[in-house]
Amino acid sequence: MPVVTLFYYALVAFVSVILAVNLLKSRKWERDVLYVLVLLPFLLRLLRLK
Amino acid sequence: MTSRLLAQKIVIIGLGLVLLAMSGASFYHSRRLKEPVVLGPGVTAVKQLADYFEPLRGTANNCNVYLLEGRERGATMLVLGGSHPEEPAGRLVAWILAENAVVQKGRLIVILSANRSASTVTRLGGAYPPDFSIVTPWGSQTFRMGDRWTNPLDQWPDPEVYFHYPSRQQLAFVDIRNVNRAWPGRPNGTLTEQTAYGFMELIKREQVDIAIDLHEAELQYPVISTIVTHQRGQDMATIVSMTLTDMEGFKIGTEFSPRTLHGLSHREIGDYSPALSLLFEAPEPFLDATRGITTREQLLTGKDEFVVKAGKHGLLFEKIDEKGWPIDVRVGRHASALLQVAETWGEDHPDKLLVITEVPRYKDVIEKGVGSYLRDPAKGAGRVVYE
Repeated sequence: MPVVTLFYYALVAFVSVILAVNLLKSRKWERDVLYVLVLLPFLLRLLRLK
Repeated sequence: MTSRLLAQKIVIIGLGLVLLAMSGASFYHSRRLKEPVVLGPGVTAVKQLADYFEPLRGTANNCNVYLLEGRERGATMLVLGGSHPEEPAGRLVAWILAENAVVQKGRLIVILSANRSASTVTRLGGAYPPDFSIVTPWGSQTFRMGDRWTNPLDQWPDPEVYFHYPSRQQLAFVDIRNVNRAWPGRPNGTLTEQTAYGFMELIKREQVDIAIDLHEAELQYPVISTIVTHQRGQDMATIVSMTLTDMEGFKIGTEFSPRTLHGLSHREIGDYSPALSLLFEAPEPFLDATRGITTREQLLTGKDEFVVKAGKHGLLFEKIDEKGWPIDVRVGRHASALLQVAETWGEDHPDKLLVITEVPRYKDVIEKGVGSYLRDPAKGAGRVVYE
């Protein structure tokens, strides 16, 4: 795997962590749903499923 | 965090995990769907692309290479199906060749998944079906839907601008994952470039005389229902076009490959090898931007009321009516065109013939259907391989 690809996967992991932290901090259910939906494609890429 | 808030988060995260599991399972299954190929009586060997370019071994694009050796020596034809897997007529014709063709004179080399990685993904955001099935006398056979570009799981990220090698021509960024913009390839390049390079090595080592790349196109694209040819194949392509139009009842034109447009098979195979390079295009309304809902039925029937309406407004380069462009018609066109190329080649090279039998022509495919030419893997008896 090229170095640039590894770097992009690291970026995806970083954004996923940020989203997960924000999800835990939020106090509105609408925001929780939004964070979960946004998180899904990042996790699918991180798990190399899509 | 209150217990109510905690419960709320657990429920929402739980639902998210369910969605992740469902979608993930669907994508995982689609990427690994096995497509059986029952080796026909004419297949004398099955190699892999990595046998011609070792770095491809272990990658998604180490596709099968089917060799059909004739009883007598003659010309060698390479047929590339699946350069763009979302154009299924090309793959299905290659399937028919691998499962049915018998070569009397010369050699046929058939590729069913030229960009195998692209067959494991669908158009991102395109709401494509993950697969499609062809009805056969013994049941149905399911194929991966595929996309135009290499799966981002196998090659990522894309650059801002794609500089084609070796011309340095600037192409659309996403085409860095398009094998038909990567010819003649590069040994130390991206997976897509290495794939094209692997095929160039195959063409040189097997001394291919004619290379045919099978495609389909949207009706809003001007290069449609045609044979695109390198300048060295112009005479032959023109004769093939005239013969098919006159004898088989369907119109197919001829386009000459622009000398300054790089990366395409009809240009670079001809420039970087002694082979004549041709590319066939058949109409596929499924690809049109003005199409309606993108379904398996639309893919196989080629029917779409919105594309018909676009035609009534003069926006198309090919005719369409309520009958659509069924897959049998598209496959039949490709089958007849490549058989006619072999025959026309023989007229010019009587000392180096290419004689292929047991392959249906246009009328046969329309009459019996593509499925009639797909063999039952359950009766393959040790002659089944997978794409």
